[in-house]
Amino acid sequence: MTDVRAGDFEGVAGRPVPNERERVEAENRRLAEERKKIVRDGPKLTGEKLAARLDATWRRPPGIIGWLATVDHKEIGRRYIITALIFLALGGVLALAMRLQLARPDSALIGADRYNQLFTMHGSTMMFLFAVPVMEGVALYIIPLMVGTRNTAFPRLNAFSYFMYLFGGLLLWGAFVLNIGPDAGWFSYTPLSGPQFSPGKRTDIWAQMITFTEVAALAAAVVMVCTILKCRAPGMTLARMPLFVWAMLVVAVMIIFSMPAVALASGMLISDRLIGTNFYNAAEHGDALLWQHLFWFFGHPEVYIIFLPATGFVSVIVETFCRRPVFAHAVVVLALISTGILAFGLWVHHMFATGLPRVGYSFYTAASMSVSIPTGLQIFCWLATMWDGRPRFQVPMLYVVGFIVTFVIGGLTGVMVAAVPLDLQLHDTYFVVAHFHYVLIGGAVFPLLGILTYWYPKITGRMMDDMLGKIGFWMVFLGFQLAFFPMHWSGMLGMPRRVYTYPAGLGLELPNQLSTIGAFVVGLAVVLFVVNAIVSLYRGRIAGPNPWGAPTLEWAVSSPPPVYNFAHVPVVESNTPLWDGDGKLPVVTGLRVDDKEMLLTTVVAATPDLREPVAAPSLWPFIAAIAVGIVFVASIFSPWAIAFGLVPCAIALTAWFWPKELKRHPEPVID
Amino acid sequence: MSSRFRASLLVLGAGALALAACDREEHHSRAKPIGETVPAGMSPSTIFPGSSSQPPLDPRAELYDTNANAISRGQQLYNWMNCVGCHSHGGGGMGPALMDDQWRYGSRIDQVAATIAEGRPNGMPAWRGKLTEAQIWDLAAYVSSLSGLPSKDAVSSRAESMSAGTPQTLTPHPDTTNSDAAKQ
Amino acid sequence: MSFRRQGRAAVLALLLGACSYQRYQSDFGAAATQGRQFLTLFWIFLGVCLFMYALVIAFLVAGILRRRRATDANVVETGRHHQSHPLMRTTLIGWAALIGVGLTALAIASFFADRSMAEAATGEKLSVTVTGNQWWWDIRYNSDDASKTLRTANELHLPLGVPVRIQLASNDVIHSFWVPSLAGKQDLIPGRETGITIVPKKTGIFRGQCAEYCGTQHAHMALVVVVESYADFIKWWDHQLQPAPAPANPLTLAGYNYVTSGPCSACHNIGGTPASGQVAPDLTHLASRKSLAAGALPMGKGNLYGWVADPQSLKPGNKMPTIGLEPQQLHAVVAYLETLK
Repeated sequence: MTDVRAGDFEGVAGRPVPNERERVEAENRRLAEERKKIVRDGPKLTGEKLAARLDATWRRPPGIIGWLATVDHKEIGRRYIITALIFLALGGVLALAMRLQLARPDSALIGADRYNQLFTMHGSTMMFLFAVPVMEGVALYIIPLMVGTRNTAFPRLNAFSYFMYLFGGLLLWGAFVLNIGPDAGWFSYTPLSGPQFSPGKRTDIWAQMITFTEVAALAAAVVMVCTILKCRAPGMTLARMPLFVWAMLVVAVMIIFSMPAVALASGMLISDRLIGTNFYNAAEHGDALLWQHLFWFFGHPEVYIIFLPATGFVSVIVETFCRRPVFAHAVVVLALISTGILAFGLWVHHMFATGLPRVGYSFYTAASMSVSIPTGLQIFCWLATMWDGRPRFQVPMLYVVGFIVTFVIGGLTGVMVAAVPLDLQLHDTYFVVAHFHYVLIGGAVFPLLGILTYWYPKITGRMMDDMLGKIGFWMVFLGFQLAFFPMHWSGMLGMPRRVYTYPAGLGLELPNQLSTIGAFVVGLAVVLFVVNAIVSLYRGRIAGPNPWGAPTLEWAVSSPPPVYNFAHVPVVESNTPLWDGDGKLPVVTGLRVDDKEMLLTTVVAATPDLREPVAAPSLWPFIAAIAVGIVFVASIFSPWAIAFGLVPCAIALTAWFWPKELKRHPEPVID
Repeated sequence: MSSRFRASLLVLGAGALALAACDREEHHSRAKPIGETVPAGMSPSTIFPGSSSQPPLDPRAELYDTNANAISRGQQLYNWMNCVGCHSHGGGGMGPALMDDQWRYGSRIDQVAATIAEGRPNGMPAWRGKLTEAQIWDLAAYVSSLSGLPSKDAVSSRAESMSAGTPQTLTPHPDTTNSDAAKQ
Repeated sequence: MSFRRQGRAAVLALLLGACSYQRYQSDFGAAATQGRQFLTLFWIFLGVCLFMYALVIAFLVAGILRRRRATDANVVETGRHHQSHPLMRTTLIGWAALIGVGLTALAIASFFADRSMAEAATGEKLSVTVTGNQWWWDIRYNSDDASKTLRTANELHLPLGVPVRIQLASNDVIHSFWVPSLAGKQDLIPGRETGITIVPKKTGIFRGQCAEYCGTQHAHMALVVVVESYADFIKWWDHQLQPAPAPANPLTLAGYNYVTSGPCSACHNIGGTPASGQVAPDLTHLASRKSLAAGALPMGKGNLYGWVADPQSLKPGNKMPTIGLEPQQLHAVVAYLETLK
């Protein structure tokens, strides 16, 4: 596969001197000897022997050290998913507590102070600790399998990302348990969140949790972009890339562009609170609205960062269960991209009541409405796929139907609140609460539950129980409608958001009671889902590599996948590789099996480009995460923490990136 | 193994936070018990400049001393009751400066509370009867914080108003100030 | 399915319920120009959206129920999964066009509704400054004649048919002025001047509520709006300009003495008495108002007792301290406050 060209060894400093030439020749002979020892997969090494060699090379060290040091994308993805689901459960418990409080008017069950913590924690947990991370987790697990590679790009950064996320979540929840949970809302508007009106450390903890999760999300986004663009199997051109991978590419780019806005905003908030800067102090020529602009410049794309992966899930499920590729692949891709771009142009629709110039508002109305065009096209494409194919209504597909029925309502109420005159009434009422739960639960959580059912056999090797799954679906679906449909009414009847109680006599009793009942039905359904997942782990039917008869590459490997993913890197010739051809995937051979190595391909055409060594497991990402975490937490208490805390960070990062021994590799990496 | 590891992380994190911040955040919107009074032995006759006898610290001091919410409420009262009129934003004017470490009537929070409640000669009015005991203690907590007495992490860095000098979170501890400079 | 039947019953009950509460605090109130235009636009949007939703659901149901012969479908089993029904492409273009047209129509409708709201709200005859505080509303009726300038709290009176300019300011955090039956929201932002013009079209009593989360007692920051005839309004204004009535019996006199010299006077103002605090609601005509503690409680003797005795238990975290009055002081204070008609 490789030949050493003489030029490679002539050094960089001009013409070699005679004895230098001798030395080079000796070196050449030595390298040639070493090259003979290199083991590659290929005609001579296949089957079980190959699997054993690869397993020995790719396995991480055992024990707790190995657990902390792992760089396997499947382990990290699984941790991400499980941690995010735990936060979903915690956030859900908060929601149930709030619903209990709101079940009756003038209720004294939960006090104002605790309730304000509850809704702040609910929003922050769901947005920052559940919705975005769970999408990242699923993507980090599945994308390398789906694009046919052995690991993500930058696997250590990937490990670092998870630990940052975990520490951020622990910080927030540890604080909440100690009754210093943030209480300024998940949006933390200044000046309420500023030093005067939020004394104590509550808001600082919120702001630093944001810092943790944004570092984690940025790291994961970089990993995803590079994995998707450079690690695809040969032949998987951009045009053949699965729609879920497209969705995650768009999302990762959106994360990279939107997260810095909230980093800036929360950084200035922390600096206002810690050292008395005046960024948001109107009396000193700061501006309270600056926060809102920066926050929503992140906050609105955030909604699509949550929603677009879910559209990817829907595309995956529709494709498999309708037994045909999604209609108009190119249209769906363009819809994803245009949604990603439009998402950055409509943040002001969160600020229609702040009294900005009205002509400007019209622009944002038009922009907000236009985002429903690509979404409408995607929905058409899924429906057309169903109409044209032969849908099988197994559990994941049921969730897709539930998604369409529910999400479209949320989308249409979204069109309503995009109009300034309507928004001025509906803004910050329960109508909006209903709207975004239809969008986020109907639009993202339903597909997520579907896709978890769908990929569960791939991750665990066993199927989830079908009957429990169907019961669970109907409970979630009907419970959701019962919980959130009445909120449209309570909003129209004048119930504002974020109130810990409401007076009797405004007609709000019945809708609130219904919402509470519905919320508990959803809660039960989630418990059922978890029970199903746990029981199926031990009792479920053995799945086999491709239980759903799906077309994409992740189903070409065993369930659960081996640590090295693919014994031979597959070659892709269509966008439904497992459906086309004679059932056997063509493969490339020649990657080393005695060392961890990945095949990189070109960005557009996915022709083989480089063989890339893969980082070994390392404790340094974990240690770096701890060092950075200490800076973030300690800087709540003293600005000096930043100066002193950077030293351990620098040490950890230096150790992490310490160059390998500069010995000449037996062969050039570039072919 | 992994779950035990996570659990221990959680305990560690929670413990550190508890140590750092717990009692500084306590909300007590209603002073308990209702109808509390400034302690005996704190009457004006017993505290005069240079008095050497120090009665024991009032037990309520710890409720207010480093409590972020009390300090914040005190800050608001400081503006509402127009303390600014004489003491400025702590720098002093018609009344003495509050930011330095010079205390004519005692630097302890209960002594400050007594000063606010009873008034002092040369213009400091008595606020007993105008403010409740709890409010007086809030105010005392804020006034104490002006000189950097309580821990820095319980005070606010600034108010949402015109800037009044160095943020409180950054004011040096009285030990390190040049008290001569502060007096001027 | 019993779930569905329950759902239908619930929707019906909600509809009926909505009708009976349309006046007090509801988007259906339509008691001012904006409220009416809002409702018209809302029904237009709802109609268009329901139509689009029906189309989607119809397509979904058709896709589910469509009978297919095994050899007919474009699926992997027939080997034709890369083909599509020839009609689909045309339908896709049609669907895109339909969404485009629908959205354009809605955007134009929204634009013109916005314009006409702005036009209807011109020619202000009366200027009121509403200042948000944690957690109550300070209200000032502005007049060129200083003796006619009126300060009150938590209850806004508006004359029928007169365009009123409401200038909005905040003393602390961001609040939002929202009287659903009259008009949409407008935020009160520290350091910024905002405002809203309202033309009330129906007499009645309406409830408004702060709509931007503003801290612990955000839920109890309500506002009573009374829309009355011009004559009634002027009568009310003139009455409110009067100083507080003098105490007439020993009990109210004791209350007067306590209120005007004790802790109440440090924060509250009572016109014509020594009580001149400026940081809490004006109490000059407290008993003439319909609610207490920014809409937290209806006005009445019992609630006055409860509120004065222990405001922190009724509205925890609010800025009024629990004083711990002795019983006879409490009787006297409440008796005096009741005379502030």
